[in-house]
Amino acid sequence: MHALTVLKTYLQLGLLNVMQYRADFFLQMLGTIIGFATSLIGILVIFNRTTDLKGWERDDLIVLVGIQILVAGLINLVIRPSMQQLMEGIRLGTLDFMLTKPADSQLLASVQMVNPAGIQDAVFGAGVILVGLSLLDAAISPLAVVLFLLVLGAGLIIIYSFMLILSTCAFWFVKLDNVLVIFNTMFGNAGQWPITIYPGWLRASLTFLVPVAFAVTIPAQSLTGRLDGWTVVGTFALAFAFFVASRLFWRFALRHYTGASA
Amino acid sequence: MSRSRAPELSASAGPDFDRLSLKMLWAYYSGKLKIDIANNLAYRGAVAIWVLSTVVQPLVSLVVWRTVAGSEGGSAGGFTANEYTSYFVIVMLVSHMTFIWHMWEFEWRIRTGFFSPILLRPIHPIHHDVSENLSYKIVGLIGVIPAAIILAVVFDADFGGTSVIDILAFFPALILAMALRFLVEWTLALAAFWMTKVSALNTLFDVFFLFLGGTFAPLSVMPGWIQAISYVSPFRWAIAFPVEVALGNRSGLEILTGYGIQLAWITLSVIVLRLMWTRATRRYSAVGA
Repeated sequence: MHALTVLKTYLQLGLLNVMQYRADFFLQMLGTIIGFATSLIGILVIFNRTTDLKGWERDDLIVLVGIQILVAGLINLVIRPSMQQLMEGIRLGTLDFMLTKPADSQLLASVQMVNPAGIQDAVFGAGVILVGLSLLDAAISPLAVVLFLLVLGAGLIIIYSFMLILSTCAFWFVKLDNVLVIFNTMFGNAGQWPITIYPGWLRASLTFLVPVAFAVTIPAQSLTGRLDGWTVVGTFALAFAFFVASRLFWRFALRHYTGASA
Repeated sequence: MSRSRAPELSASAGPDFDRLSLKMLWAYYSGKLKIDIANNLAYRGAVAIWVLSTVVQPLVSLVVWRTVAGSEGGSAGGFTANEYTSYFVIVMLVSHMTFIWHMWEFEWRIRTGFFSPILLRPIHPIHHDVSENLSYKIVGLIGVIPAAIILAVVFDADFGGTSVIDILAFFPALILAMALRFLVEWTLALAAFWMTKVSALNTLFDVFFLFLGGTFAPLSVMPGWIQAISYVSPFRWAIAFPVEVALGNRSGLEILTGYGIQLAWITLSVIVLRLMWTRATRRYSAVGA
């Protein structure tokens, strides 16, 4: 429970920190709306020319874009700013202060920065999902909603673990913040479409595409009734494996870390 | 060590900045480009990341449109799957060669005071930026050209419509597009002198390139009203036009008209730039000034 108190305190502090800049809130919102309009125009242009994109229809893709915005918001809320701060801390040596605190170091490193602007994206994304679902006009059972939340959670764990592993590499390579730029590019561009349209070799060779698939395409499949039992089991297993791997890697890195002054 | 030698060097061999001449510009660019290329090679990791983003966006569009063509029985909107490949491969090259980031950089420059030393130099700051931009493009080609070739091979690009004349006509169109996009965006970047936050404006501008510039889809695939707007916007002439010329989709007369429109946009940008520049610098006040 100590961990939860730590999490809550850090989230509150982060919120207070950013509430000082209110104009940024509106500009951020404007950016989100422009981004959504872009995706929407793209979808409309595509479905002006076809009715079916490898089994996905127009309204399915609107749901998918909503999920992409929601997930981007959740990542930008805590994970990404914290990982950026972590790499910066390793480079500047300020991480050492954090390591002396009496709480789990991985938890502290993972929630050290909060960017509340992520919340509005998450809310906006949820709204887009609802609009998409109402267009689809399909009955969504409570079970499907539960399943959606579960695979969404698993997808977020995969992305979190993936980013933590990337950021932990900074213990050895120091200047790595560009790695997150690559992730953003992949997520923003490739994540907008169902992963099933990419040829298999491309999915395999672009490792960055894989976590994107689990965080966006699979939750979208769960809501639009395209998900089979094995994929669900596989997603949970992969989330578990990713989480354990990132935790082991973090510990391994810390054991080899001698501190900035040593 | 080199720092202590620098003033002496510029006093003896430096260009004469008192009046703008070709000789002066040549001396400036031959030195500055060498430094900037060395700089970009030193930070090749950062260049590689930008190149990757240049590659990913056309790659995604390529896959999406090939999928559309596939589900429509081989062709959609007048393009076969393999013609989509050749379209987006050329889009990738043209996007890289016309890329400019200054709309994003000016806000930072003004906020941090980085503009002050640039403004103090005895030559118009645009030359500093042209050189930086050009050197990035040259170094980036080391990544973009292999990427273009790989995509063309893997996704079966169809260059059946391209003749030798089209390739020859492509280069003037590309060079004019580079000048056009640089001048338009550099002029618009001056907005940062009046606005403290320009990110929303810049995002909107990028969207125009997607739909009016032809980077999301060939313009002939877009709805008619978007095509109509694209003709009177600078975006089509910065990206889609050179691509269409390279693919052999434009007749001789259309190519000549296109060059003319590109030149018209360049002229207009230069006029607006000159008008805005004096006003912008008059507004600028650095910390401590």
